Amino acid sequence: MGIKDKGMRKNFIERMLGPIASMSLVFLLGIALTLIITGMPAFREVGVLKFIFGNEWRPTFDPPYFGIWPLIVASFIVTFGAILFAVPIGVASAIYTAEIASPGVRETIKPVMELLASIPSVVFGFFGIVFISPILQKVLGLPTGLNGLNAAIILGLMAVPTVASITEDAISAVSKDLRNASYALGANKWETIVKTVVPAAKSGIFTAVILGVSRAMGETMTVLMAAGGARGVPSSIFVPMRPMTATIAGEMGEAVIGSTHYHALFAIGFVLFAINVIFNLAAEYVKKGGNK
Amino acid sequence: MSEEPKITVRNFNAYYSGKMALKDVNIDIPENKIMAMIGPSGCGKSTFLRSLNRMNDLIEGFTVTGGMMIDGKNIYDKDVDVTKLRRNVGMVFQKPNPFPKTIFENIAYGLKINKLCKSRDELSGKVEESLKEAGLWEEVKDELNKSAFALSGGQQQRLCIARAMVVRPEIILMDEPTASLDPISTAKIEELIQELKKSYTIVIVTHNMQQAARVADRTAFFMLGEMVEYSDTSVMFTKPEKKITEEYITGRFG
Repeated sequence: MGIKDKGMRKNFIERMLGPIASMSLVFLLGIALTLIITGMPAFREVGVLKFIFGNEWRPTFDPPYFGIWPLIVASFIVTFGAILFAVPIGVASAIYTAEIASPGVRETIKPVMELLASIPSVVFGFFGIVFISPILQKVLGLPTGLNGLNAAIILGLMAVPTVASITEDAISAVSKDLRNASYALGANKWETIVKTVVPAAKSGIFTAVILGVSRAMGETMTVLMAAGGARGVPSSIFVPMRPMTATIAGEMGEAVIGSTHYHALFAIGFVLFAINVIFNLAAEYVKKGGNK
Repeated sequence: MSEEPKITVRNFNAYYSGKMALKDVNIDIPENKIMAMIGPSGCGKSTFLRSLNRMNDLIEGFTVTGGMMIDGKNIYDKDVDVTKLRRNVGMVFQKPNPFPKTIFENIAYGLKINKLCKSRDELSGKVEESLKEAGLWEEVKDELNKSAFALSGGQQQRLCIARAMVVRPEIILMDEPTASLDPISTAKIEELIQELKKSYTIVIVTHNMQQAARVADRTAFFMLGEMVEYSDTSVMFTKPEKKITEEYITGRFG
């Protein structure tokens, strides 16, 4: 009882915190292992290069083709398109809320942004199908509005809150001394924002972009619903396409467990995982270089 | 004083959200001289300094009454362009605050913002000239493209002085410019300040009375928002008029 008891309890809690903290690492390794082990038969059967760079994804044909190049290209097109929407809008909103808006306006915009972030992706998918896609079809005169651009716009919209909130934190963290230095040299507010505040926050803004990319690359339900689902290698952003995530989600239910198709879907998951890891490591590397 | 003073302050009051910070200040600051302001913390000397380039405008609720004239023109008149005023009245801050940019870009910032250079050569020339004036050129000429953060604190502060000078202001304000520096760096900055008064009118706030005695031509003693005494530095530190000034100078409070 008493002091000794308290000491033991503290010791116990401290000893528990380490394993709990390392759980994310365990999960990460577990996921990577699951993907590679379950995906391995597909890699072995098709061949790694043929699997990744093959131009045909026809898993139910006879004979089947397991080339995921069209899916990889689709993922990149959609993600890149999404970033083109999310970054300008997200950074502009962040600059506006952090630097320009009155406190009243700021207190209105921020909760609305958070609300946008909390909308389920399936609802965004609906929005893309019934609202954006008909507009695209009409305005651009396309055979279908369910295409890469449609998915990119919605994904971009979904990534805006992420990009905006992290960018805003980065901008708000820029010290007052730097702003004062700029004002004292005769800069006005706008020049101070563009030439001092944003450059000083660039590493944070970069992080925001990376997280936006990861979000767009990994998003599944929206692209499954909105991207059109065509299997060929997409020739542009205006045609229907089938990103990696949509393929896994759409086909997992019909693939026979233990079949090559089943293993191939896991292999796609592994490729997606690897791309994300490479991307994040590269980002970390660039960020460190930029801070020197 | 026979000459027209560079800065003339008349019945100047300043308030933070209605709370008085400066009370009926009257001061004449002569051209190409160094004027130091001393006084205990919260006495209003920094408020006064920051009123001279209207940096206090950035603080919500700050208001002034009375006149603050530079070359006879009240800088609080409605038609005054604050950005032009700040170009003409440069400022050096207490903590060195270089931009997270290269040494070159730090100096070039004011030139670019104010569009003072027509060509890249002119820009480089002015940057070099300004670094030379600040006595920093020899130390940094081979690393102009390195980050300003690579410099020591004293070098950073001289960089900030060069940055303020490059746009050719007429007045330079310094808010305790050596407060965060070691004695050697401080000596270098003080030497530089002496050199600068040939071309600029300098107003400096300092916590360090020896510093005021060393560098300033004129010294003002502030207390509780009022200017208590203002005279030639030699007079101020040898036979101050008021008892309270003497008590502060001799270290009986502060």
